[in-house]
Amino acid sequence: MRFEKVIKIWGGLLGSGPSKLPPHSFCPQVEQVKLLDRFNNKTTTGTLYLTATHLIFVESNVPGAHEIWILHHHIASVEKLSLTTSGCPLLIQCRNFRVVHFVVPRERDCHDVYSSLLRLLRPVSYDELYAFSYNPKQNEQQREVGWQLIDLTAEFERLGLPCDQWQLSDVNRDYKVCETYPRDLYVPITASKPIIVGSSKFRSKGRFPVLTYFYQEKKAAVCRCSQPLSGFSARCLEDEHMLQAISKANHNSRFVYVMDTRPKLNALANRAAGKGYENEDNYSNIRFQFVGIENIHVMRASLQKLLEVVGTRSLSVNDYLLGLESSGWLRHIKAIVDAAIFLTKAVTVEGASVLVHCSDGWDRTAQVCALGALLMDPYYRTLKGFMVLIEKEWISFGHKFADRCDQLDGDPREVSPVFTQFLDCVWQLMEQFPQAFEFSEWFLIQLHEHVHSCQFGNFLGNSQRQREELKDRTYSLWAHLLSEQHNYLNPVYSPSFAERHPVLEPSTQPWNFKFWRNMYHQFDRTMHPRQSILKHTLTLKESNSKLEDTAHTLQAVSSYLLSSPLRCTNTPLQSLSSLHDSSPSLILGAPLSRKEAQQEEEVLGEEALEDAPDGNGGERTVEGSSATENGYGELQSSFSSKNEPAMVSLEFGVARMTC
Amino acid sequence: MTMEFSEHIKTANVDDVVLKLPLRPALKGTLCVTAHHLVFSERKEEGSYQLLLLLRSVDAIEKSVENLLGYPQYPSAGPGQRMTGLSGSSGTIVIKCKDLRILQFDIPGMEECLNVASSIEALSSLESVTELYPFFHRPRELSLSEPWGLSSPQQQYAQTERLWDRWRLSKVNRNFSVCMSYPRTVIVPCAIDDITLAKAASFRQGGRFPVLCYYHRSNGMVIMRSSQPMTGANRKRCREDELLLQAAIDESEMGYIIDTRSAQQAQQARMAGGGFESKAFYHHWRRLHRHLERGKVLQESLIKLVEACGDPSQNMDRWLSKLENSKWLSHVHSALSTAGLVAECVERDGHSVLVHGFEGTDTTLLVTSLAQLILDPASRTFRGFLQLLEREWVQAGHPFRQRCAHSAHSHARLRQECPAFLLLLDATWQLGRQFPLALEFSEVLLLRLAQDAYASDYGTFLCSSEQERCALQVKENTHCLFQFLLRREEREKYVNPLYEATDLAIWPSVHPQSLQLWTGGQNMPKPWTRLEKRSGLL
Repeated sequence: MRFEKVIKIWGGLLGSGPSKLPPHSFCPQVEQVKLLDRFNNKTTTGTLYLTATHLIFVESNVPGAHEIWILHHHIASVEKLSLTTSGCPLLIQCRNFRVVHFVVPRERDCHDVYSSLLRLLRPVSYDELYAFSYNPKQNEQQREVGWQLIDLTAEFERLGLPCDQWQLSDVNRDYKVCETYPRDLYVPITASKPIIVGSSKFRSKGRFPVLTYFYQEKKAAVCRCSQPLSGFSARCLEDEHMLQAISKANHNSRFVYVMDTRPKLNALANRAAGKGYENEDNYSNIRFQFVGIENIHVMRASLQKLLEVVGTRSLSVNDYLLGLESSGWLRHIKAIVDAAIFLTKAVTVEGASVLVHCSDGWDRTAQVCALGALLMDPYYRTLKGFMVLIEKEWISFGHKFADRCDQLDGDPREVSPVFTQFLDCVWQLMEQFPQAFEFSEWFLIQLHEHVHSCQFGNFLGNSQRQREELKDRTYSLWAHLLSEQHNYLNPVYSPSFAERHPVLEPSTQPWNFKFWRNMYHQFDRTMHPRQSILKHTLTLKESNSKLEDTAHTLQAVSSYLLSSPLRCTNTPLQSLSSLHDSSPSLILGAPLSRKEAQQEEEVLGEEALEDAPDGNGGERTVEGSSATENGYGELQSSFSSKNEPAMVSLEFGVARMTC
Repeated sequence: MTMEFSEHIKTANVDDVVLKLPLRPALKGTLCVTAHHLVFSERKEEGSYQLLLLLRSVDAIEKSVENLLGYPQYPSAGPGQRMTGLSGSSGTIVIKCKDLRILQFDIPGMEECLNVASSIEALSSLESVTELYPFFHRPRELSLSEPWGLSSPQQQYAQTERLWDRWRLSKVNRNFSVCMSYPRTVIVPCAIDDITLAKAASFRQGGRFPVLCYYHRSNGMVIMRSSQPMTGANRKRCREDELLLQAAIDESEMGYIIDTRSAQQAQQARMAGGGFESKAFYHHWRRLHRHLERGKVLQESLIKLVEACGDPSQNMDRWLSKLENSKWLSHVHSALSTAGLVAECVERDGHSVLVHGFEGTDTTLLVTSLAQLILDPASRTFRGFLQLLEREWVQAGHPFRQRCAHSAHSHARLRQECPAFLLLLDATWQLGRQFPLALEFSEVLLLRLAQDAYASDYGTFLCSSEQERCALQVKENTHCLFQFLLRREEREKYVNPLYEATDLAIWPSVHPQSLQLWTGGQNMPKPWTRLEKRSGLL
């Protein structure tokens, strides 16, 4: 096993390891490691453990010690900083925006940790990914069932497809026409096989126009493809036919919109490389429109800049706002939302079909199509519907998750936060329409976590074809998320809101676009609200349903007593004592924390149990941090001769703050 | 209606006026100008819409007239000489309110339009306090004989038994002769007699000598406030003032002075006769400077913010740079972090604190009241918060009359306007965002208070000091807003349904990422809230 090879250099002692580890696992450790807080001067001392899948930090000498689990796949970079008097600093940046700063007392230990991590965080083949060793104690049948939970054929049926104008084509059954597309594709009935094949030859990577969403009310279709290989003057009759067919399939509108989601300049530059965009003169009945979303490189740089800005210690409000502006992140987010609004209006108001593309049609196109569908169709705003949406627009249509999320050691220029941006856009919509979504932002954050965790098979690889091969030995994330969906529900979700507002019309005023603190600072607890409405509401709901249960039991007891008066000396006591057993949780009203749940279901579990949105065990204290953490000023206790007054413990509970 | 009011009204009623509100369909109806209100009623059979706008809440009015017939018309024509030719002309007035609402009225008839506009201009800027609407507001359900105000220093003192051995009530200011802007009664150390107080007062700007404003039950530490000492260029000292501060703490203790000016500003203040407590004379006090913006800078910040919000370009970068340029969130940040520092001194380090800046009527009150919200669970209740505002802002002499004379839209030259109170409400809102269960009142109350501080049916925010209120008999002739808000049917509108009392201090995070722009206060439309929350819509 590769892991054993990597870590033989560590002084592998068997100590009392982290709580979740099996007792006899081989687990090298380094003691007396300091963990520095990013934003204040707080340090924690503890022990570092390295397992085959995780780097674990356990706070020492504290009952109920704080643990940090970092999945190797989440580590984006490890940096050894220059030696200080207290030891050798190690800076680890994670893809889920966790940044940890360790100080290891001995330099040799630090180097060992460093070099082990370097080896572990650069897997070269899929076999090395966590998904292939992850075992949630399910049998083969359960695993299979998990993979069948989300069914795209059923989804197209829901959309009313096939229908009189659109048919299921088997042209890509064996991935022969386009290997990055799924097998099942929906095309206009008038699009014959030669037209499809001809069109695919004229499109970058063979990604010809196919249907991805159908707005039944107006019979308008949202189609997607890649850029045409038009260069400066090339034409393709089959491709022109294809667009004609899409246009004809919709009797509501005489033209079809073609949305090129790139800035015009980028599209022009592509022409020199023999690619480009549709010439309105060659295609009858199209309306061409640039939208201006920047490419993956700009987005990567933008996020990097954003993280730099918000990672600055003692950041001033002005520098924060200036940095937010210069990173351009919110500008990009707004551009995507603007594009989705354009798409939605064209489809729902004008009743026109829209063809969306960018360069290859798997980044910006996926963002815009998915977000547009989310605006148009309330189903996608439910928990399961959102999974379907991601399965369809992102997974099946070949968003290159492996490259974009850097799953294997690859080209760093292919890495880009395209999916993160999509989640960010969804969050912006949630902020504007708090009642419209069945799931809370923790669901989005959990998705983001797993897109990078490589723990489940769903997001592995770059295309559906590749994923099919990997599916057999991995588990599906959807089954896992559905099994714990109570953790991700939005307590103020209102299905009747969806009835009243089937199509969302978000405001595009700039102040409605906000920095998503709970995503980019999810591990920086001092920044979060100290009390969570979400958690509170969930707790209330939980205790409410428990009280209802109690009421039912009491009713049952009383009706029992009424029906059999003879036994009344015994039964009430028993019933009441069984009630009493459940009362502690009734009072605390805490949903079962993920920590407990996971200990039951898996031994070597998924990372970061401190991240459970409800893992606080239902504590309902004010989780203010100590005043010093907030850095109001440099109070020197120069002349504080007095004893400290009895301090209220203002430390956080075990869990990360929610909301 | 007295003669003076009717003199200003040339046209009282106009029909066929079109009212345009942002994000709403236009409405047609009748516009009516009364002494204190602008009334618009939609002409519709059922469910008709009515708008009642207090004229005092008009911050700026912009008018434009156009004459469709193409020849000049003179507005001097009296109401009796209405000419048929005028029927083709029309005008538009845009009313920008102090609560940042913007209303547009399209008025048929140029003359009517100009008349209405000039009435609004005149009646919205009445100088005399007793002409203002609170002196005429007589709702059926309220009686003038009901109590006015929620608390007094006497009550505060009587309720805090643990104050009694070291602190006393002083009536040295019973005629407002020692300090014009203080209430008649204040809480001071027992060891200091009234004569000493009077002498200390003469050493502080505006006579605002150090008085107690908060007693921290868990460790007996206190927060006091005052104005700057008048040390002047030649470092004058005042034994009585030193004694007063010394008496506030034990021999062995140390106290903190949080000066809301930068060290440089404090130095410069000496040239103008002001200054700071020098270490040499106040041995047991340690001074910390925390620069908070005030006055004009703050007012201009609000103006820029409102301007940024009105920018039609919808450009993200432009918005962020304008938001940054307004510096409003920086001011929120300084207010919260300075208050956090004060609270930290009291709670964590166990020291008493004196807060002052220059006059001790703006940033000082901002800091002391926010510190109390952080520390004191009682001030986070509905009643407690109103009591806090009454003690720390109304009775403590925040000059509401000058500070809230105009808001962000006014074209008038700035005089002493300053949105310090608005900043307090914003910072309180931030606390509420970070501790959504800790405050018993909701954002709606904060919005209501912001509105009433600038223009109100009630007398609470009239005048600038208790002395002025007594002289104008405000308490005898107006109703009290706080008492009104506490009535059960009103209170329900403003409570936070999630409230759960906690005894702990609520330490706000002051990371820029933790602060948010309070859009409710900026009257920006949120899709899921109703636009107007107040009596604006009847």
